[in-house]
Order: sequence, then C-alpha cells, then structure tokens
Amino acid sequence: MTTTADAVQIVARARAARQTRYVVVAATLALVVFATFCVSLSLGDFKIPVIDVVKTLFGGGDKATEFIVNRLRLPRALTGLMVGAALGMSGAIFQSIARNPLASPDIIGVTYGASAFAVFAIVTLGLTGVAVSLLAIAGAVLTAFVMYVLAWRHGVSSYRLILIGIGIGAIATSVTSYLLTKARVEIAQQALIWLTGSLNGRDWSNVRSMGLTLAVLTPLTVYLVHRLRILQLGDETAYGLGLRVESSRLGLIVIAVLLAAVATAAAGPIGFVAFVAPPIARRLTRSPGPAMIASALLGALVVAVSDLIAQHAFGETQLPVGVVTGVVGAPYLMFLLARANRVGSGG
Amino acid sequence: MENSVDHSLAADGLAVGYDQREIIHDLSVRIPTGKITVIVGANACGKSTLLKTLARLLKPTRGTVLLDGKSIQSIPTREVATKLGLLPQSPTAPEGITVADLVGRGRYPRTRWIRQWTKTDDLAVADAMTSTDVLSIADRPIDELSGGQRQRVWIAMALAQETDILLLDEPTTFLDLTHQFEVLDLLVDLNKQEERTIVLVLHDLNQACRFGDHLIAMKDGAIVAEGNPREVITETVVQDVFGLAVKVIPDPVAGTPMVVPIGRHTTRTDTFASGGPDTPAVGAGSDNPAAQALAATAAANGVRRPPTR
Repeated sequence: MTTTADAVQIVARARAARQTRYVVVAATLALVVFATFCVSLSLGDFKIPVIDVVKTLFGGGDKATEFIVNRLRLPRALTGLMVGAALGMSGAIFQSIARNPLASPDIIGVTYGASAFAVFAIVTLGLTGVAVSLLAIAGAVLTAFVMYVLAWRHGVSSYRLILIGIGIGAIATSVTSYLLTKARVEIAQQALIWLTGSLNGRDWSNVRSMGLTLAVLTPLTVYLVHRLRILQLGDETAYGLGLRVESSRLGLIVIAVLLAAVATAAAGPIGFVAFVAPPIARRLTRSPGPAMIASALLGALVVAVSDLIAQHAFGETQLPVGVVTGVVGAPYLMFLLARANRVGSGG
Repeated sequence: MENSVDHSLAADGLAVGYDQREIIHDLSVRIPTGKITVIVGANACGKSTLLKTLARLLKPTRGTVLLDGKSIQSIPTREVATKLGLLPQSPTAPEGITVADLVGRGRYPRTRWIRQWTKTDDLAVADAMTSTDVLSIADRPIDELSGGQRQRVWIAMALAQETDILLLDEPTTFLDLTHQFEVLDLLVDLNKQEERTIVLVLHDLNQACRFGDHLIAMKDGAIVAEGNPREVITETVVQDVFGLAVKVIPDPVAGTPMVVPIGRHTTRTDTFASGGPDTPAVGAGSDNPAAQALAATAAANGVRRPPTR
C-alpha cells in the first residue's frame, strides 16, 4: 500500500518529467535559433566570420562589420525571427483551440484575407510600405471577425470554424486573383512578390513595429495559455472546470489573429510556418499542451533557416523566403491529410 | 471536503431547450444530499439535458437551478466549479497527455495564474489518483489506456476539483460489462467515503437500481416517478417510461428490483429450454436463484413458454 507521501512523490515526479524535457528542448531550440541567426548575419556579399558577428552583436566589432551587421543585415534577420515567432504562436493557439492541426491561420482564411486586402492596396489604391501593412492587418482582422460570426451558433465549434475559414479563404483568394488579372504587369509583379512572403529590404522601422506588437501580445498570450490548456479538454469539461469558455476562446482568437496579422503585414503571407512549427514543437517536447514557447522558437527557426536557404543556396538568384517554407510545408500538409484520411479523423 | 452536509442542488420550474425546440417544460427537483441519484429514461427524454442544466452547461429559458439555495447562474462559474464537478459523456484529451497531467488540470478552479502550483495541489491530485487507483499509471499517456482505466482517470480529474457534488453523464456508455461495474463500484466508494452527492445518467435500469439510492425516471422532459428504486422501478412505470412490457423481479444478488423485458420474441424454446449442460434451465428444478425467481413471477403472471416458437 502506498502512503500519501509516496503518492504525492509519484505525482510530483510524473509532472516534473515532462517539464524537464520541455525546458531542455526549449533551451536547445533557443541555442540553434541563435546559431542560425549568427550564421545568417555572417553570410552575404561580404562574408564576416561568425565569431566577429557575435562580437559585434555584443558591442565589440570594428566600424565596417558594425555597419554591415547592425545596419544592413540585423533588421532583416530580426524581422525574420519575430515574424516566425509570431506565426508559431498564432498557429499553436489556433490549432489548440480547434483541437485540429489543420486549423492554422494560413490554412483557414486569416492570411488570405490579409493578402486580399494588401493586393487591393497595392494594385487598386497604388499604396506601398506601411499603408499596405495596415490594410493587411485590417484584412486579417475583418476576415477573422466574419469567420467567427458565421461560425457562431450557441458558441463556436471548432469544426465549423475550420470549414467556414477554408470557405472564406477561397473567397479571398479569388478576390486576390481577380485583382491581379486587372492589374498592370509591373504592379502585379510587385503584388506577387508580396504574396509569396519576403524579408527583402526590411529595416529598423519594421523591427520596431514588430517588436512593439510582440511586446504587447506575448504577455497576453502567456496569461491566456493557462486557459488554453483547459479549453483543450473540450467545451463541456472546460465549463465543468469553471472556465469562461466563450470569452476565453474569443480572447485567444483575437490574439492569434493579431499575431498572424502583424507577421503577415511585416513580411507578407509566409506560408506554412504557423502550420508546421507547432506540431513539430509538440512532438519534440512531447507536450500535450500548446507548447507555446517551443512553437515560437520553432517558428523563428523555420523562417531563419528558410531565409538562409532562399538567400544563399541558389547562387546569384535570391528567392523570397515564402518559396522555401512552401516547399517544406506543402508535403507536410499532404502527409497530414493522407494520415487523417487513414485514421478517419480530422487530425 | 469535510463539511459535506451543507451543500444542496435543486431545480425549480425549469424549462430548457435547444433553438426553438423545448425539451424540458416545467421541472422541479431536489437532489438528495450525500446520496447517489440516477436519472433514467428512454432516449431523447431529456435526462442528459437535465444533467447538463444542473451542471450549468445549458441555460434554462425559465426557472432556476439552485446550488446551495442560490441561482447557479448568479454564482461565478469558477466558484461553482469548486462545489460541483462534472464528467461529460465524451470528454476529449489532448494527444499524448499523461494521467498525472490530466488529473492535475482538475485543479484549475482552485488555482490562479498568479498563484502557481503548490504542495496542496500535488496532495489533492495524489488523493484523487489513489481513490481511483490510477497512481501506478501516473506517467502513462491517456491514449494508451483501456476504456475503463481512462474513465477512472477522468473521474480522478473531477475528484481533484474537490467538490461535494459530482455529476456524470452516462459514465459507462463505452465500457464493457466488467469496466461498467468497476466504474459504478468506484462511484459507490466515493459516495461512501466522503458523503459526496453523486448524480449520474444511466441507460441500464438494473444497474440504476443496484447502484442508485434515489432514482429519477423521466419521459418527454418531465419526471414521471422519483424515489428509491423499489418505488420507482415497477412494471407500470417502466411500461409508461420506456413503452416496454417487462417483469420486475428481485435481483438475486442485491435484492434490488431487476427488470426483465418481455418483448415480442422473448419466448424462444429451442436449445435453451431443452436444457443443455450449461444452460440454466428455467424452472423449479434449477438451483439458480435468478431462474427460480423468474420462474416464480412468470408462473404468477401466467407467462408460459410455448412448446415451440
């Protein structure tokens, strides 16, 4: 017969085992992200040894490297990391709420809505820069709002949310295509680059706005993760545990939409990052929860590595980062759909 | 919870429905404190709806559910969750979650994000897991467990809430017979140990009679009969509630009422009545008490097996 003290020990140990693994995985991921980040700062027309990059980052480089690293390369790399982290968290929230790996903002309509608005801004209104970003955010938020309202019937069921999301995504995509066919070729070209998702020419203003949004949204996410874990148990169990289900879900959706929206506004709809990062993070950490921190780190890693490949793997040709993430993400989507079909579930 | 006598759950003039369809029309009920109450009735009679309304998952269009004499809708939901626990019919667990983690989530209503996990929580989880006998599988993922084990883990999660009242919606539905009894026996233990008030929906009338102290029989969204099993489960009530002709005889094991359906094709004689080596032949010569009891009531009621079918 086990005594109470033994029982408490067993419980504490079982809980701690998972936490230790999570911390180790997250720390390792953080290191890998930092390494990739340094490598991406060292490569380019003018190569800088990684060790000098690290020195420069901590304020000890010479004038020339400081200019190249801090002025030219850092904004792009930082934007990439933050965009990846935002997409990773957004995907983790959406997938956990819907209890379905297909429910990431780039599969359901959110980023398509942002794209349609951005293309409208570029093609029809002839806007550039910040104005395009703002309209993209507006597009994402509006799309999410329409989705939520349409999916509402005594509360929002995740299945309805996904189906309606995919439907709205299709509408947004056809609007985008329509706008592109009406546009002049040079402008259509410009819009297409935006649509692929690219980190080209990001400067400190992008870093500032992205950093500011993350500084606001990340603490809110951390605060709500607690509730997300309960929401994962299904609506009825969550009610039973005293969670205010609808308001918690709405709050989480708003944050996830904003994260996806600002990321899309900063770098275009970089596909599949929000979709692949959280499942990989969950698998690595073996976490049954949303694995928020690990998802953010993995999102950052996926974008950083993809951008490294897009910039340097094809010689003279520099590809938009979205091309690379698409090549990685699309097969995973097919794998998931095939597996879901076999298992006979939505995921 | 030690002060388990002063809690109460009741409903007053309830009307509940989905969309335009009203399921429960005007229902008042008082759940006896410290007892096991079983709600029975045919499909779509509103028994799950009543349970969900008592658990504040559904909002009544009229009337109120009273928890400790106060309207349950007026009490903050998190506070309700410290008094009343719920196990839904088909709860979903995130992929790969371990037993200890899942049971730990039952502590949600008693934690704040600012007040992190403490020794008290570990203790409550350990207690819940001990009384449901799932401690030995603490670090196993839920997905790998058998149906019976999984159900005990979910019950442990509800127990970790440390509530005086526990509501369960058909907790035996997807289980085989052995595991059904395992779960029901566990509920009796939990009721006995700390005088928990337990309310559950069951399909099996014999199990309801065996394990319920108090039965509520429902039909068309209203209560037809309530009281102890002997008063409620009579041939007339069952005929009325289920539209099925039955014989009610004493359960040979527990002595509680046992329902034997008659049905249209009940009277089969083939190999069964001719009395194979391991078939309990129905009749006075049998030493099976159930068979004797059945034969006695059958004889008393003039039910006879025809020679052929």
